[in-house]
Amino acid sequence: MSLRLLFPSLKDDGTHKGDSMTKAFFGATGFAFLLAFLLALTPVWAKEAAPVAEDPEIEKRMTTLSEDLRCLVCQNETIAASRADFANDLRREIREQMQAKKSDKEIVDFLVARYGDFVLYRPPVKSTTLLLWFGPFIFLLGGAIALLVYLKQRRKQIQEPQLSDQELKHTEDLLKERKGNNA
Amino acid sequence: MTRFLLPLGIFVVLVGFLLVGLNLNPRQVPSPLIGKPAPEFQLQQLHQAEQTLTSKDNLGKVWLLNVWASWCVSCREEHPLLVELAKSGIVPVYGLNYKDQRDDALRWLKQFGDPYTVSIVDPEGRTGIDYGVYGVPETYVIDKKGVIRYKQIGPVTVEALQTKILPLVKELELQG
Repeated sequence: MSLRLLFPSLKDDGTHKGDSMTKAFFGATGFAFLLAFLLALTPVWAKEAAPVAEDPEIEKRMTTLSEDLRCLVCQNETIAASRADFANDLRREIREQMQAKKSDKEIVDFLVARYGDFVLYRPPVKSTTLLLWFGPFIFLLGGAIALLVYLKQRRKQIQEPQLSDQELKHTEDLLKERKGNNA
Repeated sequence: MTRFLLPLGIFVVLVGFLLVGLNLNPRQVPSPLIGKPAPEFQLQQLHQAEQTLTSKDNLGKVWLLNVWASWCVSCREEHPLLVELAKSGIVPVYGLNYKDQRDDALRWLKQFGDPYTVSIVDPEGRTGIDYGVYGVPETYVIDKKGVIRYKQIGPVTVEALQTKILPLVKELELQG
């Protein structure tokens, strides 16, 4: 199920095309064709890299912002780190909105409106997330109270026993007896 | 004996939580768009590129928007169901051809059948972002007022059709 919710990274068509192309290269067509093909590829790379070079300021801002955003396809990665096509699209979207002078908050709101709070690695404090935010402190408090109660009970247990007069006398007799034996 | 009851109780509760957690699908992220107006679009049609379809064209009817692509394997899984659904005429299915090549998409429909009243194309996935698409296939149920009422993440299954989509469509049809 999870693998089949697909993104083009799992394209099955692409690989087949690649195979037939390789065959074409090493078939009759030869070296000139390969060279022409490589040259044809170059502008594609240049085009993809262009936005990065255009404005390093925006690129930096985009990276910082997308480090706090979750990629919904590979859910344990940030949009900044993920290589999924989906993360690529969202980086493009963020970049474009930054170029359109939108603030970080406006961009985050835009994404939350479409994908929900799940895109945020830092969920907002609201009624449904109260337990998430404060649950650990409740556990800490509970643990502290349990520890206090336990320590108090233990102190009672280890308090020195009060001996009655009869018991004291008996003890002294026993001690004397022991001394006598030693001598 | 009683001193073991408390740890045992805590353990049982913990196991309960973990069991529920195991059965949740982390990929099913609830969409914040449910109950909200479907985002507007104006997109080229797949078959007739010179014609467009806008989200407003479907006001007044209940319809399904199915996000699909020729490169998507699980779209093949749900496709026969969609074809059958379209044949039944219960509800029109519109296709959003997501990040695909026109030729590939047309060939795919020829091969597996075309259930779509109209397919529109979103080659760069921009409308997809507006609809909160993060995996393909996804299917939206949209009511007569143009409000999204349900989102199926992943392939449409017989079970989803019977228990959720079709009853919902029936209910929405009755509303004004």
